[in-house]
Amino acid sequence: MEFTILMYLVPAMIMFGCGIYGFITRKNMIAILISLELMLNAVDINFAVFNRFLFPGQMEGMFFSLFAIGLAAAETALAIAIVINVYRAVRNVDIRQLTKMKF
Amino acid sequence: MELSYTVLVLIIPVFMFLFLGIVGVKLSKKAAGLLGTTAMGITTVIAYAAALTYFFGADQGQVVDGVRQQLTVLDITWLEFTKNLVIKIGVLLDPISAMMLIVISTVSFMVHLYSLGYMDGEKGFQRYYAFLSLFTFSMLGLVLATNIFQMYIFWELVGVSSYLLIGFYYTLPAAVSASKKAFIVTRFADLGFLVGILILSFYTDTFDFITLTSNPQAAISTAGGATFLGCSVMTWALTLIFMGGAGKSAMFPLHIWLPDAMEGPTPVSALIHAATMVVAGVYLVARMFPVYAVDATALDIITVVGAFTAFYAAAVACVQSDIKRVLAFSTISQIAFMITSLGVASPELHHGVGYMASMFHLFTHAMFKALLFLCAGAIIHAVHSNEMSAMGGLRKYMPICHIAFLIGCLAISGIPPFAGFFSKDEILAAAYANSPLWGVWLSVVAGMTAFYMFRLYYKIFWWNNPDYGHHTPHEAPMTMTFPLIFLGLVSIVAGFIPFGEFVTWNREEYIIHLDWTIAGTSIVIALIGIGLATVMYRKENDIPERLANQFRGLWTAAYHRFYMDELYQFITHKIIFARISKPIAWFDRRIIDGTMDLLANVTNSASFAVRRMQSGSVQTYVWFYIVGAVAVAAITIICLI
Amino acid sequence: MESLGSIIAYFIIAIAIIVFSVLAVTSGKILRAATYLLFVLFATAGIYFQIGYEFLGAVQIAVYAGGIMVLFVFSILLTHKPGANAPRLENHKLWLGLSAAVLGAGVCLYSLFEYGSMMVSRMPDNFDINIHQIGQALLSTDKFGYLLPFEAISVLLLACIIGGVVIARKR
Repeated sequence: MEFTILMYLVPAMIMFGCGIYGFITRKNMIAILISLELMLNAVDINFAVFNRFLFPGQMEGMFFSLFAIGLAAAETALAIAIVINVYRAVRNVDIRQLTKMKF
Repeated sequence: MELSYTVLVLIIPVFMFLFLGIVGVKLSKKAAGLLGTTAMGITTVIAYAAALTYFFGADQGQVVDGVRQQLTVLDITWLEFTKNLVIKIGVLLDPISAMMLIVISTVSFMVHLYSLGYMDGEKGFQRYYAFLSLFTFSMLGLVLATNIFQMYIFWELVGVSSYLLIGFYYTLPAAVSASKKAFIVTRFADLGFLVGILILSFYTDTFDFITLTSNPQAAISTAGGATFLGCSVMTWALTLIFMGGAGKSAMFPLHIWLPDAMEGPTPVSALIHAATMVVAGVYLVARMFPVYAVDATALDIITVVGAFTAFYAAAVACVQSDIKRVLAFSTISQIAFMITSLGVASPELHHGVGYMASMFHLFTHAMFKALLFLCAGAIIHAVHSNEMSAMGGLRKYMPICHIAFLIGCLAISGIPPFAGFFSKDEILAAAYANSPLWGVWLSVVAGMTAFYMFRLYYKIFWWNNPDYGHHTPHEAPMTMTFPLIFLGLVSIVAGFIPFGEFVTWNREEYIIHLDWTIAGTSIVIALIGIGLATVMYRKENDIPERLANQFRGLWTAAYHRFYMDELYQFITHKIIFARISKPIAWFDRRIIDGTMDLLANVTNSASFAVRRMQSGSVQTYVWFYIVGAVAVAAITIICLI
Repeated sequence: MESLGSIIAYFIIAIAIIVFSVLAVTSGKILRAATYLLFVLFATAGIYFQIGYEFLGAVQIAVYAGGIMVLFVFSILLTHKPGANAPRLENHKLWLGLSAAVLGAGVCLYSLFEYGSMMVSRMPDNFDINIHQIGQALLSTDKFGYLLPFEAISVLLLACIIGGVVIARKR
């Protein structure tokens, strides 16, 4: 058998779907962040796979994934700083409880 | 240009208006009054200087080949529509505007002075002087306008100041409704004026008076054969413009506001509703006269309206009991004289003397009518009533006022050598030259004028001696009597001014020579009127009562001004309000507003329905986002297939 | 025809991605969810290795699996009570999440299987990207050079570090 592009895209898509599901259903902020990482990761795979299969001589997709990983690191660091700060303020990371700034 | 300082006569009053209007309340009443009067005095001096320089001054191009020139001493472009159609703001000096400068500044200054005494102690004294300044500014701007559009602006400003001054006692319901009435009626007439201006400028491509009047034949012919409802477009334009003039000058049937306008302070009546503003219509027609002169239909309309109004107002004035009302109707009648005089003035007939006569009468009438009103003010000031029944025998208490009023009455009746004789005689000469019908008609009205003026005079100063009780009438203070004396002197001598040398329709010199047949007849008619009044009203008797009973129907109708107000009331309330306005109001409230309400309600309920979507929960938003993206993708796929 | 070893490796990776992704969002314990995420990240790195992007795979392991996971674990330990009596994670709005995920996946799958045939399905062989080329491209200013984004992201990371410190420090 041969590796086709679909063989890589389908798992990435399932990963992305799980990310969506988790992002919507989770109540814990860190769990939501985990779902977010899943989605980002799925997109990274897509970039790399498309680059490899369609434009093997170039590196744009790979570099995009590279920078996306860097951005994900930055974003996670910031998000976790916020989560810790919120936890310090209300001793909780459940988003249903965090309605103080809503109104 | 040497005469460009004339613009100061506009700047000083408008500055005074702003100053008194803004900081007036901070000043004491005396200071505000003196300030306003001083400023008006300076304005008067400048106006006189400008007018006298124009008429007599060293040659600055005023007179070329015996024709007085129209000088545009200030010219600023304001709006530029096309290359030709430009609205300018400027100052135009020519014989009639210079003459009006003298009239307005004289009467205005006298009224300023007089008001110091008359309005003493009134609430809102500073406001009063601010409004007087505003009026003076607007009126001077009106007469100095270089183009019809500028005139229209000042025309409306004059209307506003008239409104403000009539409603000066804004706590009295009568004054408030009178001011509203004056404003609405004149506004309605101004609608015609505006439409007329638009038609005229559309066809002639200019607003400028000089361009319009220097070659009226060309202006008319550019309209070509355009006709509307059987009349040429130019006739419509001129008639509509005259409608504006008729509204301001209280011509029948737009006269109804002027008698009510007497609710204002009496000096205001003297200034605005006798001497200056109400002659704006005459001035307008005179200003446009060369254009009117080529359109016989428009002139005929003017003549008929003027002649009818003169008679109608004189008839009403004969039976009124409120002295200011009598004077108001007398004013209407006299202005109608001027209008008729313009109407019968064809350039071919008798050197177009009607134009000169009209302006002459405007000049003399301003002086003696202002005098009569100021006298009436002094009388009202003394007896605290407008009704003749509260007066009588006042000659013993108020000698100066008595003499001044007598001079005014003799002047308006046309007895030589008083001012009114000369000007009225010229009007009659012009009328006879046009058609014997108008001549006889105006002679009859002149006789009625003499009758009702002397009826007024006798009822006030002779008749009986009512019991004034502990409150004896006394002569007015000096600030009030001085204007009376001054205007009285002017009324005596003004007739000897060789007016034809200054103001004629073609601005060439014209020597007035009295036609003694006409003059003699008019003197006899006036004497008959006076004699009749003497017989009926000199001493208390029952002749007037018996006569009134004999012609009960006529008398009542005249007393109620031939039911013109009721007719207007009926038309506006029963027909316009009930039949037209109400259905429109219903349509507006139910259909238009209803549609808007429906839209608002639908939006409101839709918002309530979807308000839960805006929950603040990011997770829900993500769901919407994903579903939206999926929907877009699905649509794209479906479309691709 | 690929070698048997790579086929087996692919299936292990694919199954690991699917299974651990699902577990990561359904697990009741937060620490376990993080661990499953770690496995997914490793499997992703496996994909990169398999299609020949060794450098990307290394970065994936170093940054994601190494750096970010440590952050996750730290924050979990800071905000949750450890031990057996830790509260279980509960999910809510299950239908909302499920519908969005299934709808999205459905549209994507449909379009993939309907139009995926247009793409080259076989992996091209002429492939020779080595670390030397990547380094050149990353620090080059020519066409296809990435120096500017590289600098930009380094500044961003710096800003992020400062921002994280500012947000999280005690007042």
